[in-house]
Amino acid sequence: MDTFFGQLCQQLINGISLGSIYALIALGYTMIYGIIKLINFAHGDIYMLGAYLGFFATTALGLSFFPAIIFAMVGAALAGIIIERVAYRPMRNAPRIAILITAIGVSFFLEYTMILFVSPQPRTFPSIFAATVYNMGPLVMNSQQLVILISAIILMTVLTYIVNKTKAGKAMRAVSFDADAARLMGIDIDRVISTTFALGSALAAAGGVLVGVYYNSIDPLMGMMPGLKAFVAAVLGGIGIIPGAMIGGIILGVVEALVSGFISSTFRDAAAFAILILILLYKPTGLLGKNVREKV
Amino acid sequence: MLQVKDINVYYGAIHAIKGISLEVSDGEIVALIGSNGAGKSTTLRTISGLMKPKSGSIIYDDKDITGKPAHKIVSMGLCQVPEGRRVFANMTVLENLEMGAYTRKDKDGIARDMKKVFESFPRLLERKEQLAGTLSGGEQQMLAMGRALMSKPKLLLMDEPSMGLAPLLVKEIFNIIKEINASGTTILLVEQNANMALSIADKAYVLETGRITLSGTAKELASSEAVRKAYLGG
Ligand SMILES: Nc1ncnc2c1ncn2[C@@H]1O[C@H](COP(=O)(O)OP(=O)(O)O)[C@@H](O)[C@H]1O
Ligand SMILES: [Mg+2]
Repeated sequence: MDTFFGQLCQQLINGISLGSIYALIALGYTMIYGIIKLINFAHGDIYMLGAYLGFFATTALGLSFFPAIIFAMVGAALAGIIIERVAYRPMRNAPRIAILITAIGVSFFLEYTMILFVSPQPRTFPSIFAATVYNMGPLVMNSQQLVILISAIILMTVLTYIVNKTKAGKAMRAVSFDADAARLMGIDIDRVISTTFALGSALAAAGGVLVGVYYNSIDPLMGMMPGLKAFVAAVLGGIGIIPGAMIGGIILGVVEALVSGFISSTFRDAAAFAILILILLYKPTGLLGKNVREKV
Repeated sequence: MLQVKDINVYYGAIHAIKGISLEVSDGEIVALIGSNGAGKSTTLRTISGLMKPKSGSIIYDDKDITGKPAHKIVSMGLCQVPEGRRVFANMTVLENLEMGAYTRKDKDGIARDMKKVFESFPRLLERKEQLAGTLSGGEQQMLAMGRALMSKPKLLLMDEPSMGLAPLLVKEIFNIIKEINASGTTILLVEQNANMALSIADKAYVLETGRITLSGTAKELASSEAVRKAYLGG
């Protein structure tokens, strides 16, 4: 019983660390969906781009963790703004399916451009932190997990503040609720959409750097699986709902950790998609989703 | 203050506005009346810059604003209270009012106007931390009006403010419209409730299937045989 409980707590720690990375990526999905109703399939690749920017910052530029993660976030924010401007904005009034296909195209473009420039070989992410292991009774938490948790908490707190308290954040909520009404209030929705892409991309990049720190290995296709899983996390919490993405990410990470700890790590990925199927069957609006409000 | 000159507006292949011209002078209340589907909302949406006319021009404050993006028009002092209120239901009353002041930077002025809005609509003050979606229809109309006033408009477009409200509330809303006008804001008022609209307007236009069929002072139209038959119930 004692070992079972210890194992459970251990998997919770692992799950919450992993889950907070899913949450960071899921936030971008949900914010972008909230504002232009687009499932941005290229979002996982922004996360990959962030990991490479972090890699470049720590190796070539010799930066330490904090400036490196900021560097990656700023770089990815710019990439997000450019992608929206070049690929999605011209499609704003096109049918939903056309812009979805565009997003898939952008995803391939980012993956294969990266392969062209950095080769498909995985890179070893430098270990920025001394791998200290903290023992708390039977539980083990390493310094990377601690960094991930603290970073994720800070980023989510800042995001929540921006969205709820700042003028830009309020404008984001207004545009996502009713774009035309927002325009009638003098809100430049193009600018708000750019801001949303910048914020979402920066968070994904932070996730990418943190994963680099955690697993020590990055490659140009690393965004595919976490991208899909973060999408599941966003749907689980209720797509378009910001706290939903946070909760969905954490739950997904914990479920995965429990499945690999108590059943088998082979089923880890299957767990995410089982969750997707269940949520689509029983509560398609997600855990925090209200009944669908159709605009008239 | 506002001149709309021979505009044509389309929804895809649908020719919704067929050469409308109208004029609103400083300080007036001008009513635009007509039945459902006549093109009243489309006219306002075009003036506000949500839609582009295929031809014709819109002059506001002696400047050509045809095809200008909506957010720039608002910062010129032309604001709209849209049909169906369109408050941000996911935000509090206070946040809705803040969004109304989005284009402004004068903090003191914003605070002053916020106080004025709460004086005109005390019910909003009681509910300022409440989500707008939880307000009643009448309160939402007040919020939509207050929100527009927060932009400090010189010209206010209002699209069917009486829609779906009980007669007593309609009276209250129209009294407030008169007050807004008396304090110096010019108003272009769209209504299906022609009786009420003509009772407070200086001038009016009648719109039928995308064309202006009648215009004149509100008094003239209220006593016109055609208008009485079609819009005033005999
Ligand atoms: N989004 C739209 N798409 C296509 N046609 C529209 C749309 N909105 C309005 N229309 C058409 O344009 C005409 C004018 O509509 P509208 O301006 O809403 O009229 P009103 O406000 O006078 O009721 C109507 O025939 C209506 O069917
Ligand atoms: Mg209408």
